[in-house]
Amino acid sequence: MERYILPDIPNLHKIDAYEQHGGYSALKKALGMNPAEVTDEVKKSNLRGRGGACFPTGLKWTFMPKDNAKPKYLCVNGDESEPGTFKDRQIFEFNPHQLIEGTLIGCYAMGITSAYIYIRGEYGKWIKMLQKAVDDAYAKGYIGQNILGSNFSTNIYLHKGAGAYICGEESSLMESLEGNRGYPRVKPPFPAQRGVWNCPTTINNVETMTNVPLIINNGWEWYSKIGVAKHPGPILVGISGHVNKPGVYEVATGELLTDLIYNYAGGVPGNKKIKAVIPGGSSTMILRGEQIEGVRMDADSLKAAGSSVGTAGMIVMDEDTDLIRVISRISKFYYHESCGQCTPCREGTGWLWKILKRFEAGEGRIQDIDLLVDIANNIEGNTICALGDAAAWPVQSMVKRFRDEFEKRAKKDAVAAA
Amino acid sequence: MLTEENLKKAEELKKRYPETKAALLPILWIAQEQEGYISEDMMKYLGTMLNLPFAHILGVVSFYTMYHDKPLGRYHLEVCTNVSCMLRGSDKILQTIEHVCGVKPGQTSADGKWTVNEVECMGACGGAPMIAIGEEYYENLTPEKTEELLKKLSQR
Ligand SMILES: Cc1cc2nc3c(=O)[nH]c(=O)nc-3n(C[C@H](O)[C@H](O)[C@H](O)COP(=O)(O)O)c2cc1C
Ligand code: FES
Repeated sequence: MERYILPDIPNLHKIDAYEQHGGYSALKKALGMNPAEVTDEVKKSNLRGRGGACFPTGLKWTFMPKDNAKPKYLCVNGDESEPGTFKDRQIFEFNPHQLIEGTLIGCYAMGITSAYIYIRGEYGKWIKMLQKAVDDAYAKGYIGQNILGSNFSTNIYLHKGAGAYICGEESSLMESLEGNRGYPRVKPPFPAQRGVWNCPTTINNVETMTNVPLIINNGWEWYSKIGVAKHPGPILVGISGHVNKPGVYEVATGELLTDLIYNYAGGVPGNKKIKAVIPGGSSTMILRGEQIEGVRMDADSLKAAGSSVGTAGMIVMDEDTDLIRVISRISKFYYHESCGQCTPCREGTGWLWKILKRFEAGEGRIQDIDLLVDIANNIEGNTICALGDAAAWPVQSMVKRFRDEFEKRAKKDAVAAA
Repeated sequence: MLTEENLKKAEELKKRYPETKAALLPILWIAQEQEGYISEDMMKYLGTMLNLPFAHILGVVSFYTMYHDKPLGRYHLEVCTNVSCMLRGSDKILQTIEHVCGVKPGQTSADGKWTVNEVECMGACGGAPMIAIGEEYYENLTPEKTEELLKKLSQR
């Protein structure tokens, strides 16, 4: 497939090269349309968010109030901290102007005069790369006052995070942007009603915004024909773990997971069998190796298989993998990253990790297997934000699909007693 | 205290946001870059400067793992041990560091040269296992490459 997010064009990160290859023409085109038309185009394209929830982007934009005296804001989410996810970094490095252009078009469509791109603090080097691109775009009049001679003005600012997975959650991100600890907010009110600084706000992922210029340049019909109709477009898939060629691959949605692993990522070292696959970042439900046959990288296909697209960060595990160690490590992560506001998440994630450490050490009891599920079930849905769910799903799915692994590791006398 | 130059930067940063408080995270970054860490005195100073209670600043500094309230070693080695790195041998990287630098995760060496920490996913899973030193990422590591890197650094 032709690549649209990370095309194979040398020096595309430089503004001259970007312009030579048609860069900023979508912005020009958008400025000639009325803002509602732009939103409508995005809505009809069926673009769905690449930040984890696959929410329809155009629809989200329509939630923004139209006649409102308050300023409105756009937050572009580049926190990228879900384990297994490393795609937005590629955009900062190789195609930053397309992200900027998409951000500007989004601002125009929603009548926004300040956009903040929130990037995880660990990406200091990549923040500098993007800042250079932003500076160059200001210098050429693409950002700032009266953009390209129109009466539309907007600013783009980069905001550096400081090491907190939770700040990728949209309301936590806004708290962090305001200069607070990243504690998620209770919803409603939703960001479009009351977001950052109590003003209407839209939050979209970096890759989502990078898709927008494609839709404006080529039209929604063109875009909606790429990949799967209900979840179309190019998508960046990060493949890591036990594969020969780990990396980020751009494909059309609907690519077979087996093609991604065996063709794009070069298969499994030593031709080993696949024991398990986490398809979309550590919070998505784990699949058994034999379950991925015929499953595709799109929302419906992965849902039918009992998992989800998430951030499309796939982690492949070969037949020799110690899955108890894997789930224990994942649980440690969510325990470490829980902000501590909600009791079920703060306490529950700690209990999950403690019990899983027992299994790792061969000290788990057979009844602990159901206890894990019970704790996970009591976290899921009972917290302010979805970090609780993200901690519960991997445990629930691991027990459901690999119960035998837990049984094998349980304390032997405990097995006999039960 | 922030230097003259950094004070100017702080003033510029405030203009980016409708409320001054929002400049806190970026200004904390500047303070940390200047001093290497954020001392209690610095927090009090910034509190006066931004008209924020000390408790708020302390709360923010302690919430975010990348702000440090104590000095670190000259090289801060951050070793990712999350799943993708674990699957590709991050424990061997940690062992190599312990062997070469004589420090375990969470420790700083007696000569102040090394601080080692285990960290969560750094967004470099495709280049696992990895370590970060400051803003630099070192990916696709092996114990041999790690040893080579550490030796090079220790000669500087
Ligand atoms: C705990 C948690 C962490 C998240 N981290 C990120 C992140 O790093 N980047 C991101 O784009 N979305 C993240 N999200 C999803 C955001 O809340 C939000 O849905 C997304 O940024 C919206 O953008 P999209 O509609 O373009 O996908 C996270 C959600 C949760 C619950
Ligand atoms: S798991 Fe180590 S960088 Fe992602």
